[in-house]
Amino acid sequence: MKPTDISAPDYFHKVVDCQWACPAHTPVPEYIRLIAEGRYSDAYMINWKSNVFPGILGRTCDRPCEPACRRGRVEETPVAICRLKRVAADFKDDVKHRMPKVSAKNGKRIALVGGGPASLAVARDLAPLGYHCTVFDADPKAGGMMRSQIPKFRLPDSVIDEETDYILNLGIEFKGGQRIDSLKKLMAENYDAIFVGSGAPRGRELDIPGRKEAAGNIHIGIEWLASVSFGHVEKIGRRVIVLGGGNTAMDCCRTARRLGGEEVKVVVRSGFEEMKASPWEKEDAIHEDIPILNFMVPVAFTHDNGKLTGVTFQKVKAEYDAKGRRNLVPAGEPDQTIPCDDVLVAVGQENAFPWIERDCGIEFDKWNMPQVDAKTFVSTNPKVFFGGDAAFGPKNIIWAVAHGHDAALSIHKMLSGEDITERPLPEVHVSSQKMGIHEWSYDNDISGDKRYKVPHRDKVIALKDIRTEVELGYDVKLALGEAQRCLNCDVQTVFSAPACIECDACVDICPMDCITFTENGEEDDLRARLKAPSPHHDQALYVADGLKTGRVMVKDEDVCLHCGLCAERCPTGAWDMQKYLIDMTHAGSTCQTKARSAA
Amino acid sequence: MPGLVPGIHDFLFLGQDVDGRDKPGHDEAGIAGVVMTYIAKPKFQHPGLPKNDLGFTHRDYEGKVSTLCAGCGHDSITASIIEACYELSIEPHRVAKISGIGCSSKTPDYFLGNSHGFNSVHGRMPSVLTGANLANRDLIYLGVSGDGDSASIGFGQFAHSIRRGVNMTYIVENNGVYGLTKGQFSATADRGSKSKKGVMNTDNAIDLVAIALQLGATFVARSFSGDKTQLVPLIAAAIRHKGASFIDVISPCIAFNNHAGSTKSFDYVREHNDAVNRLDVITGREAISVDYAPGTVQVVEQHDGTRLALRKLDADYDPHDRLGAMTFLQKHAAKGQVVTGLLYVDPDADDMHAHLDTVETPLNRLEAKDLCPGTSALEKINASLR
Repeated sequence: MKPTDISAPDYFHKVVDCQWACPAHTPVPEYIRLIAEGRYSDAYMINWKSNVFPGILGRTCDRPCEPACRRGRVEETPVAICRLKRVAADFKDDVKHRMPKVSAKNGKRIALVGGGPASLAVARDLAPLGYHCTVFDADPKAGGMMRSQIPKFRLPDSVIDEETDYILNLGIEFKGGQRIDSLKKLMAENYDAIFVGSGAPRGRELDIPGRKEAAGNIHIGIEWLASVSFGHVEKIGRRVIVLGGGNTAMDCCRTARRLGGEEVKVVVRSGFEEMKASPWEKEDAIHEDIPILNFMVPVAFTHDNGKLTGVTFQKVKAEYDAKGRRNLVPAGEPDQTIPCDDVLVAVGQENAFPWIERDCGIEFDKWNMPQVDAKTFVSTNPKVFFGGDAAFGPKNIIWAVAHGHDAALSIHKMLSGEDITERPLPEVHVSSQKMGIHEWSYDNDISGDKRYKVPHRDKVIALKDIRTEVELGYDVKLALGEAQRCLNCDVQTVFSAPACIECDACVDICPMDCITFTENGEEDDLRARLKAPSPHHDQALYVADGLKTGRVMVKDEDVCLHCGLCAERCPTGAWDMQKYLIDMTHAGSTCQTKARSAA
Repeated sequence: MPGLVPGIHDFLFLGQDVDGRDKPGHDEAGIAGVVMTYIAKPKFQHPGLPKNDLGFTHRDYEGKVSTLCAGCGHDSITASIIEACYELSIEPHRVAKISGIGCSSKTPDYFLGNSHGFNSVHGRMPSVLTGANLANRDLIYLGVSGDGDSASIGFGQFAHSIRRGVNMTYIVENNGVYGLTKGQFSATADRGSKSKKGVMNTDNAIDLVAIALQLGATFVARSFSGDKTQLVPLIAAAIRHKGASFIDVISPCIAFNNHAGSTKSFDYVREHNDAVNRLDVITGREAISVDYAPGTVQVVEQHDGTRLALRKLDADYDPHDRLGAMTFLQKHAAKGQVVTGLLYVDPDADDMHAHLDTVETPLNRLEAKDLCPGTSALEKINASLR
């Protein structure tokens, strides 16, 4: 194998699994260390800069970081990254004075359609640079689906208010209650750029017999959740069936439990494991006495005199074809009808752009989605950008934020007269953490603790009031314990071959058998000759040559604990522990692009 | 005003124990005596670590974290002992590890944390081991010593345990200097080699391998701490050998003997290493599956059925020829070469218990009735002498 180029910004970034998996690339270990030190405000600001909504995400994020967490490969469970983020938000001091100052306007005007996470992220990045940002939303307050679709018992209004205010207070004009129903009209107002962050606002229909006849008791999940959110709906029948296996279905069933639903069931086409809902959301639903029934496909709504009486299901089983694709085929059992008073349909969301005239210069594809560049988020109209669910269909908040950062960068570059396809590289800092012999600037002692559970409010109390938050969040002590589980994967093992005398001290001390000195070879061959098995080929091998014996040093990054013992044991300082910090490029980053430095 | 102002003074550098270095680091670096914190080696282990016949991973054979200097060759020998015991699926409680005094003699604390151990007086490891072996012949005896412990203060002890053929694996962790007392030449330092400060050694060296051969050790090897692929099978084979096994392991002292002019440095040993053979240890029923070119391998079967496949690197070297081995060693030593490998093995060797014709049952398990045959038996004996 070729020696690893550790100066490439991506190499060490990938080693920080959580950060690499995060769409916004939040420097997770860095803020977890700050939480362990009790520096909650600092931890919050790192998050705020990167993911804009730490308090909201700390309660609702889909957590792509956690399945990626190295700890999950070392023991059973990853670090509770998401809930630690909430800790930073819960225990921070007043951070208003740390927010960017409202800057003098530069005369350029940006219109943002939709007041959800994508638009707010764009506005957050652009307003401090002097852009005049105007956010339009049909709802009276900012937040989009974060406010309308996420139940208050998961995300209280106070948290949304606080974090949307941080952004709106940057001198952003928010026009609530103002639905944009014509892009053409908006374009006629001569904005310098338009950002579309209108989400995926339409709930998918379930067109089966009885749908029309029993319509009075069949509700589309996200619309129903929004109605609950705004206080238009306060009751539901005693027996409720929720159709669908995603997170919206979980929100629906738990909300129904609080509005009078005593017998609430979730019925899902697929098996339990393949459900789209996050495991922890399924757990929370089950905890609230909501059974989840699997492998049942709804075939008809039964009704009597225009009143819904139940749902009939066909039983199916999963079969896998030669290519491993799953097909649901009839199980051959008789259909089952489950009686109910109300049905909530949460079988998916769709984009809808009836308000975009097809002659605005924006091309649509055959699925009626706008053609959007995946890197710059520009549409085929160079002044119109898309982001969040509006760009590539339903995802989640953290993706919307990541899109927002990239779109803001594009808008800023376009309005600075630069090529938006040229994306400036992120800024990377790598610095030694050595403070003395056996002394590092980070706590390298590895905690053996198992994942700490987040305390929940008592179920009886929680189910009484729809606005009572269920999760109480970690207290300071629990947070410290959980923070100590982080392996500090951003503190990298950096090897310098010229200093190495091949004494094997690092090999002998490494608790995870990560390091091997051996003859070089092709990757597969090398992986087979390592000191410990190397099952995860997506995890890099760090290869260094230039040793006196002609061998190479190979380190499998897979399960390295970043404990620094290799560096402590190294007599010549050939190993060092160096902290890797990557500053993702946002609009207005000081990092000079080629174009700018040439100017 | 000269002198100290009256009051309480806290001298960081006072109050060390006689060892002077119960923690790694040296005065030279200006840090001796400073309290340092270490982390314990994390309990986590690689989730895919292979297990041996007993269900143990190699980490189950570890001991405490080493307090030797970073990079010490001894730690590699520790790791090799761990690996050999793991590969042989040895039950840790069947092992007695015995040592004397010195850096090397601290190491039994760092491996086989669940074995019996005795850290004896300086140079007295061989006698304690011999005694223990006499009392309980059923244990596996690992004697760990250093060049000071075995070639100076314990030279006589070393000699007698070898000539008695005690069933043991006697490992000398040989770095040519007294590390604990700041790097004076030891008795194994080669004449003409230089100390760290540039002083030439004018005394002749004791070659423990040559002495062991001469005194009748039935398994004699030399290896290098920086070459585990050679060392691990040698230790495994020695443990399986019935009789006195002796391994001299050159183990560079990072702090005091790893410089130009030293003949026990990493660089010197790597440049002058003349390995006569490579060893594969085959235990149990497995067939010899490795493909060897014909004529290059010699298979030696030991008492307990262990087969040693010796891959010859030097075609003329015969590991059954004690006299030839001694000559070979002398010739190569004269050229400044370090001969390594399995230098001599007598697969049909006996041990001290055979010489003494002791019972199979370990003496410590014999009851009073076995040991004392009774008055009538005594009278019979007495009568026969009248």
